[in-house]
Amino acid sequence: MKKGPSTTSFFINGLLLVICLIWTLPTFGLLMTSFRDRDVVSKTGWWTTLTRPSQANLTIDNYKQVLSGKKITLVDHKGNKRTVRGDNLNRAFLNSLTVSIPAVVIPILIASFAAYGFAWMDFPGRKILFIIVVALLVVPLQIALIPLLRDYGRLELTGTFLAIWLAHTGFGLPLSVYLMYNYISQLPRSIIESAIIDGCSHFGVFWKLILPLSVPAIASLSIFQFLWVWNDLLVALVFIGSKPGVEVLTQRLLYMIGSRGQDWHLLCAGAFVSMILPLTVFLSLQRYFVRGLLAGSVKG
Amino acid sequence: MEQSRSKKDFFENFFIILGRAFFTLFVPITAFYCFFKIFIILREGHAPQIVLTIIAILWGVGGIAGLYFLSYWLISKLPAIWNKRILPYLFVGPALVILSWYLFLPTIRSLYLSLFNETSTEFVGLANFLFCFTDEDMLISYRNNLLWLIFGTGLASGCGLLIAILADRSRFERLAKTVIFLPMAISFIGAGVIWRFVYEYKPPGEDQIGLLNAIYVWFGGEPQAWLMIWPWNTLFLIIIMVWMWTGYAMVIYSAALKGVPTSLIEAGRVDGAGEIRIILSIIIPYIMGTIITVSTTILIITLKIFDIVYTMTGGLFDTDVVASMQYKQMFAQHNFGTGSAIAILLFLAVVPVMYINLRQFGQQEGFK
Repeated sequence: MKKGPSTTSFFINGLLLVICLIWTLPTFGLLMTSFRDRDVVSKTGWWTTLTRPSQANLTIDNYKQVLSGKKITLVDHKGNKRTVRGDNLNRAFLNSLTVSIPAVVIPILIASFAAYGFAWMDFPGRKILFIIVVALLVVPLQIALIPLLRDYGRLELTGTFLAIWLAHTGFGLPLSVYLMYNYISQLPRSIIESAIIDGCSHFGVFWKLILPLSVPAIASLSIFQFLWVWNDLLVALVFIGSKPGVEVLTQRLLYMIGSRGQDWHLLCAGAFVSMILPLTVFLSLQRYFVRGLLAGSVKG
Repeated sequence: MEQSRSKKDFFENFFIILGRAFFTLFVPITAFYCFFKIFIILREGHAPQIVLTIIAILWGVGGIAGLYFLSYWLISKLPAIWNKRILPYLFVGPALVILSWYLFLPTIRSLYLSLFNETSTEFVGLANFLFCFTDEDMLISYRNNLLWLIFGTGLASGCGLLIAILADRSRFERLAKTVIFLPMAISFIGAGVIWRFVYEYKPPGEDQIGLLNAIYVWFGGEPQAWLMIWPWNTLFLIIIMVWMWTGYAMVIYSAALKGVPTSLIEAGRVDGAGEIRIILSIIIPYIMGTIITVSTTILIITLKIFDIVYTMTGGLFDTDVVASMQYKQMFAQHNFGTGSAIAILLFLAVVPVMYINLRQFGQQEGFK
């Protein structure tokens, strides 16, 4: 941070402030909308809660309904009353969690083993195999969808958690191996050699020494993989499909969008429910996240 | 190699190869089998959701680690010389098996499938590729993807650099960076919902609930259905992506800016260069490598962009991009031939960009 002349500094801070406002405004709008009554959501802009606070009547009903599937009574245009059960995101939330946690842990564990093998063990084909693994970074996951869909069809895996864990593992591995290799291969040789001389096996070295030392790399990689898996839509659409009971949050949101208009108040609350976890992870672990980003792109 | 030992070596090598193959496959296949069985049992037992979740997580976390331990225990029972030669394959094997199944073989299989008809029963030669280059919707998707490439990458990278430079000279750098960075944690679909309320259209006369239309009307315009008019709809979709990925560019540029030696900048000042001149002639050339990595990374994301288009417009109003066309070919048309052909094209487009990206990254020697 440098201090320029005061007019320049004023200009810089002002411009930055405006940019930040523009960046926050859309999210802020959604947050306001999610607290508005269902009748007004599609009638007036969310900013009217600020311009006319007296008529705002904010409510947390949308969240209640989204989280508990609260029963609501609707009166349609003919005057008939009907009771519908609101969209319940609890299940989708749990599904997202069930998909995400193993889909983060499994690839990182497997990648760490592989990275250690490539970095510190000697075996024929080491170099060429490593090059192939890194080269697989260029393969877009779209290319794997059709062949995998057929395999899954044959194995009757479509719509199971296993199918989607494995898919996320496969698609996440090249980057994970690459980043873990970069980290593990730069640990000082002397630590590993002295442990081996002391009679520790490679397995022991890996488990007791390398994994604890790699915590920073594992932390940043986990955040990435978590955000990627939690926010993923394509892989879920292809491999879970419309299997009821297994749908993750992003899929549920997609269906809520599909319902055009009448359920928008729920959509807003639902969108925020889906963002709570990634935003918490992100804000609390931002430091690791940034470190990971830098590791994947520039020298920090 | 010594000739006299060759026969004994042959058998030993044979068993070692067998051992390597076994331990390469042991962890993934056992894990696969156990997961599979447990799920069938749980599904048929109609276990409550929360139980399923907990078991799934415990299995996912503990099961794989347990299998590695089991394999290691088995290997350690072998004679020392074998142990030494087989153990590396326990480490790298599982990753290689999964990568072969999920990325390596599918690339070859997609290439193969792309030469067949929609049900993969009849060889059609290059007909699918011919379709890809002649079909009108496909051509539209290339045109849109080009817009994504140019504007998406340019704007995200440009805004990122601008904000990084501003933040570097500002008093509330941390706050500003967090605010700009935050959208990265949101899913494309969440971002889609957020921006829906910016682009929403109501007929003239009614209260506009979309921010953009409200502003537009306030300045005296007619409300517009922004997502229905080409090319503006694609540009408005691109803005969502820019909103999300500028933070990424900014964080990396910001770190790179901190690496520019102050002596260089001071020297520029002494020579009488203004702030703009310093940025253009000293800072930007200095961080050129970073600019290339950031831009290529974002370029790859725009090449494969799918979620935004699919959730915002579903590809209607001429907003389709290559990845959404592929999805349509797969699931709406059930045409696996064309779907594979599009995937191959996508692959061919990504390769050179990724090559530049990795080479640039390699030059900067990476982690820590």
